[in-house]
Amino acid sequence: MAEVQTGDHDKGKGGKPQRKKLSTRVDFTPMVDMNMLLITFFMFCTTLSKPQTMEIAMPPKTDEIKDDKQPPAPADLFVTLILDGENRAYYFEGKPNYEDPESLKDTDYSPSGIRELLLRRNIAINRQIDVLKQKLFNKEITQEEYKTESSRIKKETKDTPIVMIKPTEKATYKNLVDALDEMQISNIARYSVIDTTSVEKFLLANKFTGGHAAANSKK
Amino acid sequence: MPKVKVKRKSTLIDMTAMSDVTVLLLTFFMLTSTFVKKEPVQVNTPGSVSEIKIPETDILQILIDPSSTATSMHIFMSLDKQADMTEILKRVGSEYDIEFTPKELSEFSLLPTFGAPISKMKDFLAMAPETRDSQLKSMGIPNDSINNEFKVWVRNTRKLMNETDRRDNFKIAIKADVSTPYPVVKKVMDDLRDIRENRYNLITSLKKTAASASPE
Repeated sequence: MAEVQTGDHDKGKGGKPQRKKLSTRVDFTPMVDMNMLLITFFMFCTTLSKPQTMEIAMPPKTDEIKDDKQPPAPADLFVTLILDGENRAYYFEGKPNYEDPESLKDTDYSPSGIRELLLRRNIAINRQIDVLKQKLFNKEITQEEYKTESSRIKKETKDTPIVMIKPTEKATYKNLVDALDEMQISNIARYSVIDTTSVEKFLLANKFTGGHAAANSKK
Repeated sequence: MPKVKVKRKSTLIDMTAMSDVTVLLLTFFMLTSTFVKKEPVQVNTPGSVSEIKIPETDILQILIDPSSTATSMHIFMSLDKQADMTEILKRVGSEYDIEFTPKELSEFSLLPTFGAPISKMKDFLAMAPETRDSQLKSMGIPNDSINNEFKVWVRNTRKLMNETDRRDNFKIAIKADVSTPYPVVKKVMDDLRDIRENRYNLITSLKKTAASASPE
């Protein structure tokens, strides 16, 4: 492909032998080949995007929690979300109802699942956050201001729901991350991941047996 | 009739422009990307709407093998700075009365991911790099109740970070697979809780349907 110089110029006239004029053009094809190879190498061996993280704060061990003299939150603020195997989840609001198996409701991690309930319960915060988001969208406030303001709203708004995430032994890591994700989407200010107790196990058993577990325990 | 001469066009293309483009692309890739860290196990992280990027420095990554069960777990760790790696191996070694030679320390600092029980660490570092990869998979840092080296590693890393004024920057990140059972993750979280590490990160990847996730 390289241009070959045919040196026929100095044949004709006698006299001084003409200097061969060398072209200064260089063929770049091999250079392009090599670059392409390097690009492919970089594309296969590197990652462009850094992975995301999700920050999580777990409560300290129970024997280390000091009595901070806060009044206990009213029971009707609680939403207990039980993560079961096979991507199923169940929830109940307020105090557990041992009698009625229907009080434990089916849900999932889709937009029409637990999110609907949480968004509705958390409307006090969500309204304010929505206003804030609109401001951010219109560039009235900066990203930094948005962050501080939204955390202030989350802290100061009263009577927001408290979500207890209780993964069972059958749940997977994905379920946990999905549940935590839902908390973030619906701007839940107070939530925690807690181990399942006999209460949840009983409720699940009661649901699956259609109230037989409750009837049996009464006998 | 004179023949119509068809002008012969040269098939040569000037490759200079092409070369310019490829060099530009190459520079872009070299500057923006980071190399994939070699991990002993393939982990598929779950998607999340969280948009916090993982910091590049001062991070202790805990990798959980997807095939782990609550009773037999394989945990691996990775740190970003080589100087920290040698320092931590020294400290952990001294807790178990094992002294490492400078050669072993430098070998250790070059590992992308570590996860051998401390009693086997010397043997592991003496291995050829090729055999290490296959061996590492079956190893992992023990974290059972009798011999919990996992806590020792994390505790020593935290101590080092506190001593070198990186208390606030230091982060612990858990990387686990989508299918990892919750009891496995819980075991790791409980261990972290035992040594009062209550704030840590979970590594996730960007959810594909991020657009539909916004609450509007």
